[in-house]
Amino acid sequence: MGNKFQNFPKSWKTKSKPHLFCPGCGHPIVLKMLGQAIDEMEIAKKTVFLIDIGCSLLAWDFFNLDTSQTHHGRTIPVAVGFKMARPDSLVIAYVGDGGGYAIGLQHTLSVALRNNPITTILVNNTNYGMTGGQMAPTTLLEEKTSTTPLGRQIDIHGQTIKGPEILAGVVADSAYVARGSVRQPLVLKNYLKRALQTQLEKQTFSFVEALSFCPTNWKTAAKETLEQIEKLEEQFVCKEF
Amino acid sequence: MLGKSQTVFLMGNEAVAKAAIAAGAKIMFGYPITPTSEILEKWIEFSPQNHTLYLQTEDEMAAGFGVIGACLAGTKSFTATAGPGNVLMQDAFSMAEALRIPSVGIIMQRGGLSTSTVIYSQEEVTLTCFGGNGEGLRVVYSTSGLQDLYDYTLKAFATAWKYRFPTFVLGDGYQGKMKGEVEIYKPQNLIDSQPILLADKKYAAGDKKSLAYYYPYINQLTHRPLTNISLGDSVNLRNCLNLEEDIFEIIESYKRDFQKVTPEIVEYEEMETKNAETIIFAHGIVAAAARVAVERLRENGVKVGLFRPITLRPFPTQQIRRVIKNTKRLIVTESALGQFGGMIKEALYGQTDIPIATYYRPALGITPEMLVDKVMEIEK
Repeated sequence: MGNKFQNFPKSWKTKSKPHLFCPGCGHPIVLKMLGQAIDEMEIAKKTVFLIDIGCSLLAWDFFNLDTSQTHHGRTIPVAVGFKMARPDSLVIAYVGDGGGYAIGLQHTLSVALRNNPITTILVNNTNYGMTGGQMAPTTLLEEKTSTTPLGRQIDIHGQTIKGPEILAGVVADSAYVARGSVRQPLVLKNYLKRALQTQLEKQTFSFVEALSFCPTNWKTAAKETLEQIEKLEEQFVCKEF
Repeated sequence: MLGKSQTVFLMGNEAVAKAAIAAGAKIMFGYPITPTSEILEKWIEFSPQNHTLYLQTEDEMAAGFGVIGACLAGTKSFTATAGPGNVLMQDAFSMAEALRIPSVGIIMQRGGLSTSTVIYSQEEVTLTCFGGNGEGLRVVYSTSGLQDLYDYTLKAFATAWKYRFPTFVLGDGYQGKMKGEVEIYKPQNLIDSQPILLADKKYAAGDKKSLAYYYPYINQLTHRPLTNISLGDSVNLRNCLNLEEDIFEIIESYKRDFQKVTPEIVEYEEMETKNAETIIFAHGIVAAAARVAVERLRENGVKVGLFRPITLRPFPTQQIRRVIKNTKRLIVTESALGQFGGMIKEALYGQTDIPIATYYRPALGITPEMLVDKVMEIEK
């Protein structure tokens, strides 16, 4: 192996690389920042990585961390169960915007209300990537997807969800909520580290939404992809809440 | 087997909670639903003195997946539900089946017409035995009274953790809400629970201890790990596979394991079957009525016997084929429209020319009198 993997986080599993995400996908950036955060905090041995269905399932053997893929929307309750059984572990639920904001929204809200000591990382790329780019709860008004071919309309499809903004209104003071962007990975890494520290040190709830890009379904080239995520950041404000 | 026992006056649901504690369960995840709610209530009431944990979840899916999380971490945990809750929970039980995660579900059946009612039913047999998008590689104990609820709840934990198949106790509102004397006791030996993730001993290829520890994920024919796991310094699990061939290999491997342990798991009750000319097939609460019917008919010289499968999964197929030899009449009865009857008929397909009479009363109670009348009717 040697130099070939020198830039990879130590917590990555080299055997499963190259990874299975589409070229240009934002997930590997989130996972790289997460891997670096885990390395820098030296917490690999106590970390359990639980992942949802959708594009996130491609990370089932991404890390050299104990990992289980679960069912669509159900990663968060698995994380809660694991953490109750092993309070000394660091439990991460890695989900997409469908798993966290649609099919599993009740779990996203309930763990925030209960202040369960887990960390949810939710990747928001404004569409359902794995199934071919359908509308997500995060799809913006006027945004075209395969199920909103004329663009998302508020009177038909409803308003775009803003997860951290909602959660910030219900979480305990000791919880941590942030939104970062893969366009600014080091800032995102800081948010991830603070989220993991919150779980480790305060044993309270933490949530990071990672705004990400999906060139395959956005049908954008590199330049347009970056322009698009910059535009998204105007609506999805990246900050600690 | 029994430790020191005592006889106490309990509601069925309370007996379940007490048995789960005796079995070494540490966490209950539950969403209230009649007729199981007292299991969660009693578990919570008993928690401070037993140092156990609980979570009243936001829905049945969270309860089922909470159990999965805790069991992945090596802690015996369980849930209880019924009817529409059982439908929702099959999402989690499918994953438990797919990844051989030991887990226990207590099901108190409701009537089968959607939300339905809460008292007497055997209409969750198919759902509990074969629910979800799997092959029914799970263990289902159908209980027939208060003592059964205690005994088989205790046993369900031992079975689930020993054989690594999700295990169910299938009762009904009658049993859950009934009150009476129950002999409670502690098992002498508890099956150990080990974490699947964050296990202290990680997998080393070829190492015998590792092979034994992770045996559900090893193809016992090729001795190679299945494709739903990546074993090494960490353990990675998945239930979404790339190739149909991979899924086939996993199901075949699980099936072999299931078939291998079936003789150890299978349980049934026989009453007066030796010289019986008529055999009644019944399970659960209906078998309790059938016992009384057999007693009364025998008092009147009618040669009738009862065969009651206690495990609906795995099903006592061989024993059923044996018991029908030398009989003249067969009758299958249940509080459903043939969910159990279909399993009996499948077991007997091609085995006999005797017609199988049916007495199906979906959602309704079945009394000894009704069964006596039915037997006399087919005796003619």
